[in-house]
Amino acid sequence: MKGMAWLVWRYVCFNWGKTVVLVLCLLLAALLPIAVSILLRQFSQQIVSRSEATTAVVGHAGSGLDLALHAIYFRRGVDQTIPFSEASLIRESGLATPIPLYCRFTARGFPLVGTTVDYFPYRNLQMEQGRMLVRLGECVIGSRVARELGFGPGDFILSDRENIIDIGGLYPLKLKIAGVLASADSADDSAVFVDLKTAWVIQGLGHGHQDLQTETDPLLIMNRDEKQIVASPAVLPYTEITDANIASFHFHGEESAFPLTAVIIDSPNEKSSTLLLGRYPNHDGTIQMVVPKQSIDELLGMIFQTEELFLANSVLIAVSTALLMGLVIMLSIRLRKPEMTTMFKIGCSRHVAFALQFGELLVVLFFASILLTASIWTIQHFASDLVQRLVVGG
Amino acid sequence: MTSTIAEVEIAIQGLKFEWPKSGFRLAIDSLDIPRGKKVAVVGPSGSGKTTLLNLMAGIISPETGEIRVAGHAVHELSDAARRRFRVSQIGMVFQQFELVPYLRAEDNILLPYLLNSSLRLDSAVRSRARELMKATGISDRARSFPAGMSQGEQQRLALCRALVTEPTLILADEPTGNLDSANKVRVIDLMMREVDSRRMTLVMVTHDTSMIDRFDTVFDFSQFTSPGVAP
Repeated sequence: MKGMAWLVWRYVCFNWGKTVVLVLCLLLAALLPIAVSILLRQFSQQIVSRSEATTAVVGHAGSGLDLALHAIYFRRGVDQTIPFSEASLIRESGLATPIPLYCRFTARGFPLVGTTVDYFPYRNLQMEQGRMLVRLGECVIGSRVARELGFGPGDFILSDRENIIDIGGLYPLKLKIAGVLASADSADDSAVFVDLKTAWVIQGLGHGHQDLQTETDPLLIMNRDEKQIVASPAVLPYTEITDANIASFHFHGEESAFPLTAVIIDSPNEKSSTLLLGRYPNHDGTIQMVVPKQSIDELLGMIFQTEELFLANSVLIAVSTALLMGLVIMLSIRLRKPEMTTMFKIGCSRHVAFALQFGELLVVLFFASILLTASIWTIQHFASDLVQRLVVGG
Repeated sequence: MTSTIAEVEIAIQGLKFEWPKSGFRLAIDSLDIPRGKKVAVVGPSGSGKTTLLNLMAGIISPETGEIRVAGHAVHELSDAARRRFRVSQIGMVFQQFELVPYLRAEDNILLPYLLNSSLRLDSAVRSRARELMKATGISDRARSFPAGMSQGEQQRLALCRALVTEPTLILADEPTGNLDSANKVRVIDLMMREVDSRRMTLVMVTHDTSMIDRFDTVFDFSQFTSPGVAP
């Protein structure tokens, strides 16, 4: 038995190329449907729990699914905004606490989410290091952002430029990291959170620069009279908010008109949210309110239908792989016939020859099983991260 | 060719065999090969030389008649007993060497031990394998695979495999058929030397009549009245 096992081992080692191909064929045929299934279950679990935790979302009229995914996963795709006054109206109604979101930018590829401090208790987010947002120009980063960038409290992260070719476009803002959130196994792990006003600064609605009241440089002042001072383009806004310059930061325009990409509705009960739902679409049909759970259920229905098709396809792939393996084994038996004849003549039984062939198959199955188990473990271990990477990006 | 029973290595009586597909028939009334003799079997292709070796080895069974080899009635043994008999009593050498391509030279020699749990592979056997390699001049190729060896080396390796179980009978089927003249002489010299020194019986099928003077007895199948029918 030991000698035969050794012969089988020598055979698979000598023909390692064939062995590797057979192992990979089996592995891929089995792993593909399993991996898709695991990731879909993880995605479904994450998105369902998050959509269930998000009562309703208000945003510009358009795709309800896009709006729901934007509020849940900070996905870009909501191009049109609603005014900040909409959040104020909701608050004034007393039916719910509005949690405004302005999510148009990224920082090092991760979604940059402008919101209020209400967001963090709403999502049960805890601080792992540092402290919460206190001042303009600060940010709090998700655990995955911290892990992948190696950042912690006190470090700085730059917001990404929307267009590197447009030199007149929005300047990146250097954000100071105030704290790192504890892992929540959700899209929050992959986000950079700033105060809503900081997001508006990045948008260019607010800025800070030299004090023009006291500035006398003619290159910086184009015109000065009793009512107003007209600054020249040479006056550059600050790209970092510090203790020294924070006082110079100001906003131009009415705050109520400043943009929001979505407002999450934190309602105390179903009645409040139902009453609120009755107010939308608004009078001119430009603002809608969606219940993420409904949109996500529709999405999952479509995804699972597609998964069934994929699994049916996987069965066909598995059958063709099995047939291919059968063919390879048959050819191998034919190729090894002289070797088996010799072994029989030397004195081994016919069943030993069969056992040698079967042993090769067992070794292939063994290695494929080991790799499959390791792959499934790895996918399960990183499923949450993988789903976030695939859905949120970054 | 008459000998006492104790001295006879192979005794065949009233043997008849027919290949079902081709209809080829082999019939031998009586044939005794004394122990320690070197016998050449010559004759045209298809005259039944290889069939005779297979019958002696118990690889195939006769329709009628008796074959006794080293005191064993081969024709009466079960399949399993014939395999045990073959691996313990007979060393086989083939024209195409029939080495296992994925085993190194030293492992090819030990193949009978790897395939049969009834044989014990111990340090004495390994030592014997090394001695055989040394004796046949291939000890420096112990770690080589057959594909990396010359044809002469491969046949010497096959000879080592046949000898390692210390058989009493060597059955060789045209072992020099694929060799050039230099290697042919070398392999035959080695085989004769090993057979003599170990007092084994050798039955060798060959087409090469130039070396038949080195054998004690020659069975010429071409002299038979019909192909495969010995007197």
